[in-house]
Amino acid sequence: MEQTVEYAHATGALSGIWLLVAIPLASAAVLLLLGKRADKWGHWLGVLAVAVPFVLGLVFFISLAGLDAGKRSAELSMWDFITVGGLHVDFGMLFDPLSGVFVLLITGVGSLIHLYAVGYMEHDPGRRKFFGYFNLFVAAMLLLVLGNNYVMLYFGWEGVGLASYLLISFWYTRPSAATAGKKAFLMNRVGDAGLAIGIFLMFATLGSTQYADVFNGVGKLSSATVLIMGILLLLGAAGKSGQFPLQAWLPDAMEGPTPVSALIHAATMVTAGVYLIARSNHIFSANSTLQIIVVSVGALTLLMGCIIGAAKDDIKRVLAWSTVSQIGYMFLGVGLGGGAYALAIIHLLAHGFFKANMFLGAGSVMHGMHDQVDIRRFGGLRKYMRWTWLTFMMGWLAIIGIPPLSGFFSKDPIIEAAYSRGDWTSWLYGTAALVGAGLTAFYMTRLFVLTFHGPERYTDDNKHPHESPFIMTVPLMLLALGSIVAGYLLSTSIPDWLEPVTGRGEGEPVMNKYLISALTLIFSVGGALVAWALFRRGTALQEQPAGVVVTAARRNLYTDAFNEAVFERPGIYLTRALVYLDNRGIDGLVNGIAAGIGGSSGRLRRLQTGFVRSYALSMLTGALLVVGAFLAIQLGWLA
Amino acid sequence: MGTVKLPAIDYAALAPMLILFGVACLGVIVEAILPRRSRHGVQLGLSFLAIVAAFVVVIVEHGKHKTTIGGAVAVDGPTLFLQGAILVLGAVSLMLIGERSIERGGPFVAQAAITVGSQKDLQQAGDRDGATEVYPLTMFALGGMLLFVSANDLLTMFVALEVFSLPLYLLCALARRRRLLSQEAAMKYFLLGSYASAFFLFGIALIYGFSGGIQLSAVHAGIADPKQSEILLYAGLALLAIGLLFKAALAPFHVWTPDVYQGAPTPITALMAACTKVAAFGALLRILYVAFEGVRWDFQPVLGVIAVLTMFVGAVLAVTQTDMKRLLAYSSIANAGYLLVGVLALNQRGLSSTMFYLVAYGFSVLAAFGIVTLVRDADGEATHLSRWAGLGKKSPLFAATFSFILLAFAGIPLTSGFTSKFAVFGAAVEGGQTWLVIFGVITSMLIAFPYLRVVVMLWFSEPGESTPTVSIPGFLTSAALAIGVIATLVLGVVPAPLIDLTQNAANFVR
Repeated sequence: MEQTVEYAHATGALSGIWLLVAIPLASAAVLLLLGKRADKWGHWLGVLAVAVPFVLGLVFFISLAGLDAGKRSAELSMWDFITVGGLHVDFGMLFDPLSGVFVLLITGVGSLIHLYAVGYMEHDPGRRKFFGYFNLFVAAMLLLVLGNNYVMLYFGWEGVGLASYLLISFWYTRPSAATAGKKAFLMNRVGDAGLAIGIFLMFATLGSTQYADVFNGVGKLSSATVLIMGILLLLGAAGKSGQFPLQAWLPDAMEGPTPVSALIHAATMVTAGVYLIARSNHIFSANSTLQIIVVSVGALTLLMGCIIGAAKDDIKRVLAWSTVSQIGYMFLGVGLGGGAYALAIIHLLAHGFFKANMFLGAGSVMHGMHDQVDIRRFGGLRKYMRWTWLTFMMGWLAIIGIPPLSGFFSKDPIIEAAYSRGDWTSWLYGTAALVGAGLTAFYMTRLFVLTFHGPERYTDDNKHPHESPFIMTVPLMLLALGSIVAGYLLSTSIPDWLEPVTGRGEGEPVMNKYLISALTLIFSVGGALVAWALFRRGTALQEQPAGVVVTAARRNLYTDAFNEAVFERPGIYLTRALVYLDNRGIDGLVNGIAAGIGGSSGRLRRLQTGFVRSYALSMLTGALLVVGAFLAIQLGWLA
Repeated sequence: MGTVKLPAIDYAALAPMLILFGVACLGVIVEAILPRRSRHGVQLGLSFLAIVAAFVVVIVEHGKHKTTIGGAVAVDGPTLFLQGAILVLGAVSLMLIGERSIERGGPFVAQAAITVGSQKDLQQAGDRDGATEVYPLTMFALGGMLLFVSANDLLTMFVALEVFSLPLYLLCALARRRRLLSQEAAMKYFLLGSYASAFFLFGIALIYGFSGGIQLSAVHAGIADPKQSEILLYAGLALLAIGLLFKAALAPFHVWTPDVYQGAPTPITALMAACTKVAAFGALLRILYVAFEGVRWDFQPVLGVIAVLTMFVGAVLAVTQTDMKRLLAYSSIANAGYLLVGVLALNQRGLSSTMFYLVAYGFSVLAAFGIVTLVRDADGEATHLSRWAGLGKKSPLFAATFSFILLAFAGIPLTSGFTSKFAVFGAAVEGGQTWLVIFGVITSMLIAFPYLRVVVMLWFSEPGESTPTVSIPGFLTSAALAIGVIATLVLGVVPAPLIDLTQNAANFVR
């Protein structure tokens, strides 16, 4: 950790990085403020406001690549945001290799999803508002990854949270959507509070929240401080990314429109936690206990996500639990440290493509099936939706890690890295990741087969499935292409690219590399085959009685019940007790004070008679008192 | 035969005042020779030009640090900053004063001398254009304020006080609607103002008796090396202070404020709330920091008690107000208390933060009164609070703007109300006046209640039959509102540039 972190000043084209945030923000303002006047063209403005930053992002990315490897960063300090006492917060931005790839992911996948949403939301009266929120989200997300200090990151963090709650409850007239928005909000609060306290702690111990100062100062802190700071940051990351123990909101968030699920709850926002840890790699690498915690959270969540995902019947919820589980892989990666940071980022980017692809595919299925989401009532859709089927298949093959699709290149190295910790824990984490790969193949195959193959099990109201319009399938094709090639391309380029940010480190796996690859492939193909065999003839339309494991999985492994017993119940009792105390004690006091003030206000008001003579008298009295006080001081009566 | 030695005069330093007074005189001539129709445009244009020219001079003069005309006028950082502030806030007030599209003929009466309720009065009420004498009067008032904040001896300060007060008394009497209330307000203001001026003058006499000079530096020297009984000094200081406390609306010399704010034409109320406050606190700062710095330990506790009393009177009485203009008047009283907390820090940060507060509050209060001019029914402005209920449903934009300003008054972060309170409280803690800050925080919480009650009423009540309409503002009022709101937001989000400016300016010449 002796190496110091320094960021070069932004020059040339790179001094325009603020535009990346400003453009979508301006567009959001236009869309939300103009109201109905913008209904006709608003959605195209929304698409443009993400496509233009994508092009700009490419330009910046290329200019960044043109710099010397050692100085590959651009810091742009715009103005002093807060200067209070010793606290100095810069309103500044940082464009370095890590934020660069995030910018491209957010704006690239974001553009495609915006385009898709033009078609998906066509019949919704709130389409303009939807694009306004969507642009707001993109602006906040870009701010999150472009800030050059933790306070800016926190701004973006809260911004994406806000946009996400607005979008989850976009159809707020549905009680389930409103409840889901509330749940997301509450669970995120817990995480956000952790992040905020973590930032306070940084300021208290290091006197700054600038990335460069914090990273250079970490070496001087005691290991306990680093541990606490890291756990607080991890809490924030877990809240945003749906990781144990704050995972329960993410599947419910699927109540929002499907493009929202694709953009926010699959490709970008939920990866903010991974970004936070990768960005703070100097903090997390400084304490090995911290790394073990991160790795454990990742491993536990990835298994939970797989198991629960295998028992769900709602197409978007399966994908949501799959997201939870894949982000678990990423946490596993960033927790391993060293070179695995880059692996996690590769998986994050590849996942952005294939998960967005599958979510939009699911949206396309729902579009053609009158908003049916239950996979037990699909079947045989490949005949009706050729493009959706084909593109979804690419996503499916990618996520289960069939070579040469992208999941193979991104997930395999993480499993290998998990086996490379060098002590007995290698076996624990490596095997968890390996088993997870098998389970992933099982539930994704179940989803795919039940939806597109086997007998048709449509219920009465939606007999005539149809393919979605062009504007929806084109983004699907592009994303499918990404699902195929992204993994290989990324895995050959990203580790070198990210080296200035995350460093590099190689460990030897506890067993032969090729053996690990082979085992992964065997587990994946095996899981897929089992699922194929079980579900190719379809499934029952209703929920069937099942054994302990399946029931537990259906109930989200009782985590909701756990939350209820451990947090909600005591919370309710505590609230009741507090309400009692509040009514009897505090309200009494407050009401008393309020009545006292109201009363004295009323009495004092009577002094304001409106007569000049009484005003003059009160001034004279005041004058006598003031003169008297001064003289009293002078004569030594007072003081 | 002795020769009279003329003091050196730095005309450039006096130029802002000379320009305003010159244009005011020109305005009087315009009244005499131009036909009635064309007066409004000419007067308004002249006044704006004068303010802009004076402001340019203030900017050109920046960095000057000297006294001129034999020490009667000081040109230093605080002078120039406060003059600039008065000019900018004055320009925004002038926009409200010059507005004629909200009500036919503008907010001023055509001929103030006509008896209220007479036949002629009924004739003129309907359609006659308002008096254009308001422009020269405003120019005289603003010119007097510029002189007031730069006066470096007590007599100049007294003259300036009268120069800016007399036009204000007149302006208060010129409301087009509710003329009796307006005239009553003017009368009260005049009587009580003269009463306070008498205290001020008496104070000057005593101070002269103590120090043998009227220049602030002479008073300072006299305190360092007293030749007379200090009773003269303390009585004089107390009486001087009373004159200024009256203008600044500090308890117990605040009693005129609600009546006058309510009765005066709303644009004039805005002018008084923004510019008079700057002028009064500018002079108070100069007197306390330059002349009486040597006895700071003696006046600090007395004025501290006054600050606490003012904050409490403003906050507590605001709770039961039912008229919007009176509510804003009590809010302005409470704000005067916070300003005095900043003054009593008696250090460089106290000076700079008070100046920052004056500017930030000025913009917000101008926007607030600007909105009051818009909420009207057939009888003019509907200022009773109950009439504002449910306005959020009828005119969301204006209700949102007003809510924003009220939140700024309540000191919510990201508004200038937060940054300015933070600045003065910080300065007071640094100056060892933590007890004032404690009372400041308590009263801020109290006074948040009436503000928030208005916000709640605007948004959560159903509009009734009697809910008035919100007039579409003309260009001038829109501009004034936009400036006020944007300044409130910008000074809340990026206060640093203005704070730096005040810190660079915070250096009195002695």
